Amino acid sequence: MRRALITLGLLAVLAAGGAWILTAPDPIPEARIAGLTGDPEHGQLIFDAAGCASCHMAPDAERAEGEPPVLAGGEAFQSAFGTFHAPNISPGPAGIGGWSDAQIVNAVMRGVAPGGVHLYPALPYGAYIKAEVQDMVDMTAYLRGLPVSDAESLPHDLSFPFTIRRAVGAWKLLFLDEDWVIEGDLTQAQQRGRYLVEAVTHCGECHTPRNALGGLKLSDWLAGAENPSGEGSIPDITPGGLDWSESDIAQYLSSGFTPEFDTAGGAMADVIANSTSRMGDDDRAAIAAYLKIVPPSGG
Amino acid sequence: MFATPLRRTGLAAGLVLSCLAALPAAAQDEPLTPEAAHEAREEHMKMLGQNLGVIGRMAQGEVDYDAEAAQEAADALVEISGMDMEAWLVEGSDSESLEDSRALPIIWDETEDYLAQWEDLHQAALAMQEVAGTDLAALQGAMGPLGQSCGGCHRTYRASE
Repeated sequence: MRRALITLGLLAVLAAGGAWILTAPDPIPEARIAGLTGDPEHGQLIFDAAGCASCHMAPDAERAEGEPPVLAGGEAFQSAFGTFHAPNISPGPAGIGGWSDAQIVNAVMRGVAPGGVHLYPALPYGAYIKAEVQDMVDMTAYLRGLPVSDAESLPHDLSFPFTIRRAVGAWKLLFLDEDWVIEGDLTQAQQRGRYLVEAVTHCGECHTPRNALGGLKLSDWLAGAENPSGEGSIPDITPGGLDWSESDIAQYLSSGFTPEFDTAGGAMADVIANSTSRMGDDDRAAIAAYLKIVPPSGG
Repeated sequence: MFATPLRRTGLAAGLVLSCLAALPAAAQDEPLTPEAAHEAREEHMKMLGQNLGVIGRMAQGEVDYDAEAAQEAADALVEISGMDMEAWLVEGSDSESLEDSRALPIIWDETEDYLAQWEDLHQAALAMQEVAGTDLAALQGAMGPLGQSCGGCHRTYRASE
């Protein structure tokens, strides 16, 4: 009996240790990033496609035409787990000025901050993990040339147990996945669209419903979801929910006009302003081509 | 429904004027019910969309530029955007009071700004009216401010679906 208890105790310790190891941050090795040189011009394209400015500009910031964004942070994001606040990621002391390229790329692609701290998946590293490391090194080079803000980052306002950052390691084990959602024989445009939608522009973060743990339900990929802010819902953009032509979709992503000449509202207005309207026509057409091969909802 | 884009244009513009007459007038003595106010706002929006569509499809190159049709639609936009929107801000017709309404309650708190946004749209429509009949490039140039005006106001004052 006593031996059994000791065995059981040892097993518990081992399990806890195993869990501790499994939930440890898993960064991209420094060596894989250190040899790469960032191209800020291409980095701007990635930065815009990812729509970084939509979340990381101050909530009341106006972005004048041709002006670089000031990534002061401060925007609040409501969720079932509490309120997240986008941090200052401008290239100064209050932002990411002191971070190495590898640290920035790891924050973006693995959700790991300097010191091995898990970042919450409000930062969509679940998408960026699929991106090319070189693209994110380029994005970093662009980021370093943006204006500095000395605004202090706000702490998140989360409820227990979501305040335990180590638990994010378990979340990553469950939901982080480098594989594409849509597999198969894709044309070049569809592949480009997949790269943008799944890895960079991260459409699925809002347009795909989530399970109770906040993981994306990949079986309902892009099939629409509740709005985490509680206001209305986010539309189904699979062929089951959106019957627009590819050119309708591309026009919408460019001008914000629907085929009926209604306009985008809510968060999508920001996405169009900061992201898709800044893309080239080819990239918008690629997104449209990709959306047509997503399995229709309800099927 | 319509045979050609051109005919469709003419019909849409004609439709606007007859619909405008049918909308509840601003200076009416009888107060509007919330439902009637909501319906009037929606019809008003549809007419804006129809006429914007005539110009927008030309700007996007989906239909050929037609100076006369563009001018007609721009004239209609000026008229529609210049209507007195305050008359339709009936209490109880916001998105929390009426099931179909997407007019956020904040409109009633920020009425001054809301009406200023309408004035911005009206100014953008006037600028379009100036150039719509000139040529395609001028029309395309005036399209941006119109779109920004629509989007800017929807972003603040319209509930998502």
